[in-house]
Order: sequence, then C-alpha cells, then structure tokens
Amino acid sequence: MATWLRTFRLSFKSVLLHPLRSALTILGIFIGVASVIWLLAIGEGIGRAAEEQIASLGAKNIIIRTIKPSSDEFEDGGYGLTRTDYVRLLATVPTIETALPIRVLVREFRFRSRSFDGRMVGTTPDYAKVTRLVLDRGRFLSDGDIENESSVCVLSAETSRRLVPYGEPLGIKIMVDDQFYVVVGIMKPRAPSAGIGGSLAAEDFSKDIYVPITTVWRRDGDMAIVIKPGTFQRDLVELSQLTLLVDDRKNVLPTADVVRNTLKLDHTLADFGITVPLELLQQARTTRLMFMLFLGLIAAISLVVGGIGIMNIMLATVTERTHEIGIRRALGAKRRDITRQFLVESTVLSLAGGFLGVLAGLLCRPMSVWIRSLLFQWFPEAMETLPELIRTVEPRMVSWSIPLSFAISVFVGIGFGVYPAMRAAQLDPIEALRHE
Amino acid sequence: MVEADPTQAASIRDLCKDYVLAGETVHALRDVSFDVPNGDFISIMGPSGSGKSTLLNLLGCLDRPSSGTFLLGGGDVAQMDDDELAETRALRIGFVFQSFNLLPGLSVVENIEVPLYYSGRLNIESRKRCLELAKMVGLESRLEHKPTQLSGGQQQRVAIARSLVNNPQFVLADEPTGNLDSKTTSEILDLLANLNNEGRTIIIVTHESEVAERTKRSIVLYDGYIRSDERH
Repeated sequence: MATWLRTFRLSFKSVLLHPLRSALTILGIFIGVASVIWLLAIGEGIGRAAEEQIASLGAKNIIIRTIKPSSDEFEDGGYGLTRTDYVRLLATVPTIETALPIRVLVREFRFRSRSFDGRMVGTTPDYAKVTRLVLDRGRFLSDGDIENESSVCVLSAETSRRLVPYGEPLGIKIMVDDQFYVVVGIMKPRAPSAGIGGSLAAEDFSKDIYVPITTVWRRDGDMAIVIKPGTFQRDLVELSQLTLLVDDRKNVLPTADVVRNTLKLDHTLADFGITVPLELLQQARTTRLMFMLFLGLIAAISLVVGGIGIMNIMLATVTERTHEIGIRRALGAKRRDITRQFLVESTVLSLAGGFLGVLAGLLCRPMSVWIRSLLFQWFPEAMETLPELIRTVEPRMVSWSIPLSFAISVFVGIGFGVYPAMRAAQLDPIEALRHE
Repeated sequence: MVEADPTQAASIRDLCKDYVLAGETVHALRDVSFDVPNGDFISIMGPSGSGKSTLLNLLGCLDRPSSGTFLLGGGDVAQMDDDELAETRALRIGFVFQSFNLLPGLSVVENIEVPLYYSGRLNIESRKRCLELAKMVGLESRLEHKPTQLSGGQQQRVAIARSLVNNPQFVLADEPTGNLDSKTTSEILDLLANLNNEGRTIIIVTHESEVAERTKRSIVLYDGYIRSDERH
C-alpha cells in the first residue's frame, strides 16, 4: 500500500516536472472524456425531447385523421371518418376503452368589439383527459352537454386572453360566426405538440374553443364551405379526427391493425390516416439508440486518439529517462517496479484528464446554454433555420456516463501505458546506466 | 559448489565472462578468483579493455557470469534470475558512480531513501536513518536541496550516503573521484577510508594509482586475468 502511494507521489512529481507537456497529453484524454459525457448528454436530451413530444400524444392512443383525397376522386360526396366508423369501432373492438370523436372547424370568434380566427373543436368530455389539457377554472364539457346539445364552450388560455382581456370570461356569451356560446370553463396554457411523422401535423392548442360535438353537428352540419377567390368548395366531413384510447399498452399495436383493416373495408378512398404514437415512440427509441451509438463511437475515437497521445509521450519519456531507469535498476528496482512506475505515471496522466473531463462534462448544461446564446448572437439567421429540436435541446446528464468515461480514461491510461512501461522495464540496466 | 564463509563479504571462483561481438567471442574475464573479507578496502585497477568494467558489472550483480561462482550472502549470483539479481542489488550492494547518478527530481533525503524503496524496507524509521546518513556525510543542512543545487563533491557524498542506507555487504564504487577536483577527491577518499575504519567493506574500481594507494589491497587486471593481487 505504502509502495503504491509512493509510486503515485513519484508519478505526480514527474508529471509536474514537465507541466506543458503533461498538460498537452492530458488535453487529449480531457477532450475524449468531456466529449463522451457531452455527446451522451446531448443525445439523451434530443431523444428525451422527441420522446416527450410523442408521449404527449399519448402512448395508449391511436389517432385516426381524416385526410382529404385529391379532388377528382370524390364528387361532392363526403369523405373521411364518419359517425358510423365511430360507433362501429367502439362496438366491435373490445380493446378500445374510449373513442374520442373530434370535428374541427375554423371559425371567427367574437366578443363585443374583439374578434379573431381560431379552431372550434367539437368533441366529448374525454377530450381533455386524452389530449392532456388541464382545466384552469370552471368546468370542461360534460356528458349532459353532449346529450342536450348545449351551446356551451370552453376556452383555451390564449383565446380567453385575446377575447376577454379584462374581467371574468366565465358565464359570458361569445359569438362563433353567427351563433352564441356560453363560456363554462378556461383551460391552462399548453405548448403546441410537434408534428411527428408524415400523417400528423403539428397541433397548436392555443387558439381553440371546445364545444360539444353534438352541438356542432346540429348547428353547423357536416358541410364545410370554403370560398376562396376562384374556387368554391364544399367539403362533407363528419369527423375530423377519431382518437382511440386503448385499454393496455401491449394491445396498442394489434388494435391499430384491427382498426386499419376495419376502416379499409368502408373507405375505398385513401381518406384517413392512422398515427400510433407508441409506434413512433419505438421508432424514436431505435433512432435514439443508434444516435447514441454513433456519438459514442465518435467519443471513443477521440479517446483512442488521446490514448495514442499518452503512449507517444510515455515512449518519449522512457527514452528520455533511460538513464534514470538504469540508476533505479542498479539501486535494486525490479522489472515490475519500473513497469509499475511508468504505468502509474500514464494512469495519473489519464486520470487527471479524466477528472478534468468529468468536471467539464458536469458543466455541459450551463456551457451549452452559453454557447447557444453566443451562436444566436453571431449567426442569428443560420440559427433560426435550424430545427426547433436542435435550437431548444437541453442536454441531460446520463448518470452512467460519468463512471463510464472515467473508467474508460483509466483503461486508456493503462492500456496505452503498458507498452512504454514494458519497454522501460526490458531495458538492460548496464546499457541504461551508460545512456546519457 | 563452494560453501559460503560468513567472514567473507563475497567470494569469487573461476569467474568467466564471454561476449559475442560481431560473430567473434570475446573473453572479457578469464578464471578470476578472489575473496572479499568483511571490512576489506579493495581497489580494482587495470588499463581499459582489461575487464574492469565487466568485473564491476558482475560484482554489482548487473550481469551474470558465463561460468564460475560468485557467492554473495549465501547465494550464487550466477544462478539468479533477473528479480533475484535486483533484490541482491537492493539488499547487498551499495553503488557509488563516477557521475554520481542521483535522481534529479528528488531532494537529498529522498535520493538517500530510494534503495529502501526497492528493498521493501521503507517504514517510519527510515526517514530517521536517512537523516543520520546525511549527517554522517556532512549534508544535514542541505536535506531539501535538489542535486543540481549541490557541488560535485556534495553530490558524491549524497551518493555514498545512499549506498549505505540498506547496510550492504559491500560498497561498490566506480571511479568515485573521476569527476572531482583533487581537493574534493581527497575529501571523498577520506570519507571512504573513514567508513572502512568503521568496518564497511569497500571496493573501488579505478584507474588512478593515487586512489588505489589509499586502499588496503589492489587487484590489477590485465586482459581478463588477475595480474596481481597484493596488500599494501
């Protein structure tokens, strides 16, 4: 034990004997270890962000959306999901716990002199739960509202703020195009969900009002008339979206298959798309794993380069200190004493690099924020064009990356130190003593 | 097989050392035999090429003989493997070199301590022993100095203190005054003579007859043989 301690002290001394050279050697390992931690943290951050976005769609959900087919495929007839689909799926597929019919219409909302365009979402009481919207005050839609086809609405936070900036919106009547709805509840603000995959566009919940779907059917019918300059278009759509909540996570994928096949029977046009967040989640996990593997590879390469740096320096040191090795051998050092001395020295170098690298790794979060703000300052245009995920990614420390990178740095130190140390030990003491 | 005699620090019988140089065998030492009684003060002399360095390397256990026996502390050096040789060097031999060969990064005390480290005798007492030895060679005021801050004579004193730290069977000095001026040379020789008077066994390899005159016994080598071995 004392021998080892002494060897370590000796190694520190000889490392400190050439501060610049040692610092440059350490730099290699430092960069390697720091990059392992950073890359893993960034990979984890991106992966988690993507996963959270997908998970916010609900891992047990299956989302079916009406997709408008190209216009020559249908002639004024309806397209998309129907009320029959809703009823049939709910009745025939036992693993579906709830089904959420949604009809979205773009309307103008008005209160006194204020007005703006937003989405009127016709739906059922389960909507808040399934899309994870949280009520701020008042109440959400109730079963009674659906049954009575009541003219009530729930406002999103943004809608409430823009329409009724002063005073209490609860209880007032707002106008949606030419119809009145009584405000019964206000939701909490909610960040928009990102568009994932081809079939699911980004969804912004901020300009919504929620009304009972039965009321929409009664008051607005299924016809949506779009008048643009030069075109007149009638869309006959019963449901914009049908969100199915499956009873168990493991049933999600089979249920999605059943649903797809069931719907295909009735829909000869390609007028619906199915998104399974769980599927996306699994894809995202695979992608993330590959991403991490790739980053890990890059980091590993940089560690190997650092290790070669150590080996290089140690070989130079052995040559330079041949005379010292000769002296030590003459004074009774065994081969393994010499091996140990040089091995410990290279380990000390790599440990120092590893230690500093871990410190730098821990600074990953504040540093990345700082670097990003610098980049925004210098290249605002280029940064704006980057995907949202990259611009806002928060590195997340992976707890095992610290022991891992530290262990790697020790292994690198020992691994790349073995050869120089063996060479030092194999020197003939007489030759070594003669060496100047 | 020759039995070890406790009154002998070392005994050498029929020692031969051959080298193969460029395909030709060179007989560096031929049938060299002599005893080193405890407390002896021997000089080994000879012109260059006489086998002086070879004998030095053998006596210092840095090399093994081609044939013959070299009994040291009850073991035959000729039969030892590399680790045993190292251990013998650490425990039984104190080296003093011409160019001092102190470790440049270490202080005076630390340099004296190095052989203890390799003999496995490093303990709480050893620092005290190092200080005593430093005092004995007159360097108690420079314990924390680095070798580069010392004069040649002082460095050689450190080296002598270092050679004694393990209480070796004998001190093996290779041209210990070769790099010193005449005044320092006599100081170092006085120091060695004093050590011998205290009972230390000392072997000096040298080519200077003034140095040899200070010893009790001179062995002169010529062409690998012992030409003369006489006491003054």
